[in-house]
Amino acid sequence: MQKISRNALTEKAKALLADGTVVSVLGWRAGEFSYDVTPSVFADAKDIDDNFVWGDFCGANFSKYLVAKTRKTEGKILVFLKPCDTYSFNQLLTEHRFDREKVYVVGVPCEGMVDAAKLRAVVGEGISKVEETGDGLKVTTIYADEPVEVKTADVLGERCVNCKSRRHVAYDELLGETGEVLESHRFDEVERIERMSPEERFAFWQGELSRCIRCNACRDVCPACTCEKCVFDNPKSGVENKAPADSFEEKMFHIIRAFHVAGRCTDCGECSRVCPQHIPLHLLNRKFIKDIDSCYGEYMAGSEVGSRAPLINYTTGDIEPGEVFERGND
Amino acid sequence: MAMRKCSLKDLDKLFSAIAEKMPLYLPQDGTDGRAAYKKWEEGCSWSEKLNTVRSPKDFFFPQTEDLMKFRTEGKKIELIDVREESEDFVIFGVRACDVRSFEVLDRVFLKDPVDSYYANRREHGVIVSVACTRPSETCFCSTFGIDATEPAGDISAWKCDDALYLRANTEKGEALLAALTPVTEDADDAAVTAQKETTKKVMARLPLADLKTDAFGGDKTKTFFGDPAWKSLSESCLGCGTCTFVCPTCQCYDIKEFNTGKEVIRFRCWDSCMYSEFTKMSAGQPRLTQLERFRQRFMHKLVYYPANNDGMFSCVGCGRCLSSCPIHMNIVKVMKKLGGNENE
Repeated sequence: MQKISRNALTEKAKALLADGTVVSVLGWRAGEFSYDVTPSVFADAKDIDDNFVWGDFCGANFSKYLVAKTRKTEGKILVFLKPCDTYSFNQLLTEHRFDREKVYVVGVPCEGMVDAAKLRAVVGEGISKVEETGDGLKVTTIYADEPVEVKTADVLGERCVNCKSRRHVAYDELLGETGEVLESHRFDEVERIERMSPEERFAFWQGELSRCIRCNACRDVCPACTCEKCVFDNPKSGVENKAPADSFEEKMFHIIRAFHVAGRCTDCGECSRVCPQHIPLHLLNRKFIKDIDSCYGEYMAGSEVGSRAPLINYTTGDIEPGEVFERGND
Repeated sequence: MAMRKCSLKDLDKLFSAIAEKMPLYLPQDGTDGRAAYKKWEEGCSWSEKLNTVRSPKDFFFPQTEDLMKFRTEGKKIELIDVREESEDFVIFGVRACDVRSFEVLDRVFLKDPVDSYYANRREHGVIVSVACTRPSETCFCSTFGIDATEPAGDISAWKCDDALYLRANTEKGEALLAALTPVTEDADDAAVTAQKETTKKVMARLPLADLKTDAFGGDKTKTFFGDPAWKSLSESCLGCGTCTFVCPTCQCYDIKEFNTGKEVIRFRCWDSCMYSEFTKMSAGQPRLTQLERFRQRFMHKLVYYPANNDGMFSCVGCGRCLSSCPIHMNIVKVMKKLGGNENE
């Protein structure tokens, strides 16, 4: 259950709309079930009262939406950002992707978001209602007479289990309190894969990436992927990405994309959240983050606006290219 | 047709008997814990999951396929037909919704001019469907008049407590079931009838059981095309192709050519109306905004397809898009919003 109530968010949204600070609100709209909330723009108090949701299923990161939404509006947009969303927000500002003056950021603390697929794996099909209680969920299904109690910690998304920071790195005002950067275990799985033999590693990624259906959801949701026209969408590029050349060609797309966002990826985890095939794409990005940390010193994309990422910066302490080459041979 | 049955503990014998005749594909659990159609081999088990993440349309309409090849030598150009007669194969465990999706695809690909690539595979595929017993909250096949307890297909199957019950519906199905005589026995339909009754009670309790299509149909282009609701419905669409690629009835494809250096391969691959470059040809992309692209997908399912196909909708209520869409926008929300009070 989230510490800050839905009411705190809706009252804040209505107040900022009423006093003219903002003209619209980016929030989560209720769906058919308890878990299928949709990112949405709200512009009036009644709509907010009726349809605005805040809870354990509000995982979507709104930062990227600001690129398109700020262009379409004259006044300010209110956006609610969770700690991890604020890193994407800063990174987009660093890349001059939208006008900061057009956004009013309210930081909201986050206790971690539930992965609906994990919940389904625990309670089975037929989820008709989910109630959030202290540290658990009360799940009603069409098959059980009594609701099933599930511990929220057992069904959190991977990125929340390995939450890297509860600190808001950008906001105009906060609801509640901000937290600290955390010691997480987010690189454990990367280390496990590093310890594999090349053959095992190849087999691991082949197993994962060959499930790819080229829907491009990972790219389209990624706050680091904001090109107006992706090279893979351009029929004139010669590398248009509609069909694989062989059964494991998908690796090229995902590895190229990981290179492309290296040093800019904030590890928000949206790529893995949206993948319909549950491919752990975040592991590719984390490998880059881990290597950058160890080669150039710890760096967190989006920690502040305007920082120079190690890959586009030079310091005398930089690792020698020869050393990087040697590592590649390990 | 007569009912046959195979004890559940003998399912491997049944699968083995089918696989001896022709390749058998059935839903199996993958390393990600979810089901996908895979070729059956000794030791494989049939997934207990409600359905596969990807639909079985791949069997007849694969994501990519080569259409022909060109080879040049001097001024000579050689055209190479890559079509080969498909071998017979069995898809086992297809749900009622997905069986209906083949009917939707047939009306597109088997209509004159017949798509010979699709027709070839369709002719050689034997469909063994299986009735649902534990539908999900995302299921709404009954909205489209589909009975999940009485799936169509060449053979219909019901997995009851003691046995798998099988009934042939077509000549193809009869031929296969006849070949399975050694591993099946005659049965009455008491267990099947009882299971159907139980499942129907569950179906009636599904949250989307009341969703109706009454507001939609082939004559509704003018009613919905200019509806202001498309704006809010499509506002956060990412423009990815998830819904179209997991959809069992989406049938759009692109035809491209690939130069290998030695020859040119003309292939086709799935395309998505959600993509900015969809149908971008000499005339350009006719739908410039995501609103238009989003609208196209749902208008096609609920209005344009029925207009060309005797009122048949091209959604089967399988619910895949409901669970896969990154922003949880889907045809149910569209139908409820546009259909207004008729769906409240």
